[in-house]
Amino acid sequence: MSIRLEHVDFTYMQGTPYEKQALSDVSLTINKGEFVAVIGHTGSGKSTMVQHLNGLLRPSKGKVFIEDVDLAGKDPQIKACKQKVGMVFQYPEHQIFAETVFEDIAFGPRNKGMSEEEVEQQVREAMNFVGMDYATYAKRSPFQLSGGQMRRVAIAGVIAMKPDYLILDEPSAGLDPGAKEAIFERIMKLYQARKIAIILVTHSMEEAARYANRILVLSKSRILLDGTPGEIFLHHREELRQASLDIPQTVQLVELLRRGGLKLPEGLLTEPAVVAAIKKVRGLH
Amino acid sequence: MLADITLGQYYPGNSVIHQLDPRTKILGTLLFIIAIFMATNTVGYVFLCAFVMAVILASRLPVGMVFRSLKPLAFIIVLTMALHFFMGEGEQVLFEWQFLRITREGLAMGVKMSLRLVLLLLISSVLTFTTSPIVLTDGIESLLNPFKRIGVPAHELAMMMTIALRFIPTLIEETDRIIKAQTARGADFTSGNLLQKAKNMLPVLIPLFISAFRRADELAVAMEARCYRGGEGRTRMHELAYTHVDVAAFVLIVIVMAIMAVLRWWPL
Repeated sequence: MSIRLEHVDFTYMQGTPYEKQALSDVSLTINKGEFVAVIGHTGSGKSTMVQHLNGLLRPSKGKVFIEDVDLAGKDPQIKACKQKVGMVFQYPEHQIFAETVFEDIAFGPRNKGMSEEEVEQQVREAMNFVGMDYATYAKRSPFQLSGGQMRRVAIAGVIAMKPDYLILDEPSAGLDPGAKEAIFERIMKLYQARKIAIILVTHSMEEAARYANRILVLSKSRILLDGTPGEIFLHHREELRQASLDIPQTVQLVELLRRGGLKLPEGLLTEPAVVAAIKKVRGLH
Repeated sequence: MLADITLGQYYPGNSVIHQLDPRTKILGTLLFIIAIFMATNTVGYVFLCAFVMAVILASRLPVGMVFRSLKPLAFIIVLTMALHFFMGEGEQVLFEWQFLRITREGLAMGVKMSLRLVLLLLISSVLTFTTSPIVLTDGIESLLNPFKRIGVPAHELAMMMTIALRFIPTLIEETDRIIKAQTARGADFTSGNLLQKAKNMLPVLIPLFISAFRRADELAVAMEARCYRGGEGRTRMHELAYTHVDVAAFVLIVIVMAIMAVLRWWPL
């Protein structure tokens, strides 16, 4: 149960003066049940890489397998395999088109060939997952909603397809802190409830440290680092710097506090963990 | 996919031809087209071909690429040639079968006419290959300026062209993104009859229109915020200026026209 890239190269506009290599020799396996954060500076190839995971882009060289089915081959299962991978693009609210929230969320499940009852069931569940009341919103026009709500509709549209792998390309871009928190809370709930794989593309080291259990660092169209948040953020600071990235603010804060004499344990990454550790050291509860 | 479409056919470079002022290139192309139609005899055509070849080489464009630009119009070129071959009038009959008659004059005319078309296409491709669309629009605006007096809105026309050109790649990118997003949701754009296909395009067209209107709105606000009031009294960031290279180019094209005139009216 995995998605596998084998020595994937990808070049945009091959054979023209605007030719640009976006991926070179990328190999990796993403298993079901993993929460992978993909980080890297702008133009490092993050978005290009994740678009290979569901066959939206075809590699110039190399192979892509979804559950051992070669996407470039002739296996009749290819279409079904691609539909196991859900993808939420950057600013997904820009792809909303239907007259009602229900119709828009139902688009994916219908394309997947579900029956009308199943579709309704999935739409209800998906709306519930993103925290939108079915009775209030299902019949409303998505274009009358706020930006944050439209994004929830768009994410629900992908979740309703019941993907085994969910790719999220900067799902929190342009949202206020409250809406960000809410979106991630839902994603974590989904991850824990369905044991699917989540692939999160993000610019925020804090998000990566807080939610992921595996981190991929891309730099100059290659995979620079691949490991747990602990390994990457605590032991590879110099490499991250060179890739124009940094360690999370929580890790920087812990370092400053330790230097200032506070006896905090090593290996603290997330905000809740840091807060708990400080409280413990200072004897607060 | 869609992102692979290049706009116009600008091929960045640094050759003499690239550096010419766009006005020189536009006027030069027009004058050369007149020169093409002055050609009557073999010497004239050979000279024109040599000149076009020299211009292509001077532009340092891949020669194969320039010639590939003939492909979309290959049908018309071949048709022109065929029509002249079989329908041409003339005395010296080479071949005759029912109503088809190939004459020496028809043959010569066919070759000449299609050669004219080829030269015309090649020289205008060099213009679009070596001039970016934005610079080209600047050139057109500047050339249209004198006609402002008779009511031609030169600046507004050029601004509209520039904006349209500026947004074509953006909208192509947007279309590409929406198509990908809907494909990821299982949309199918290839199967079904025509009506079905048109209906399948709605999930792409609606978001695309919404985003085009949004962008137009944002652009209008941004332009107004920077006090855009139309062309009146407007200065430009990149002033077009003729250099000695442009003078040389104009002298060259006038010489070419003079040679063509001599060949036409006082043949050797």
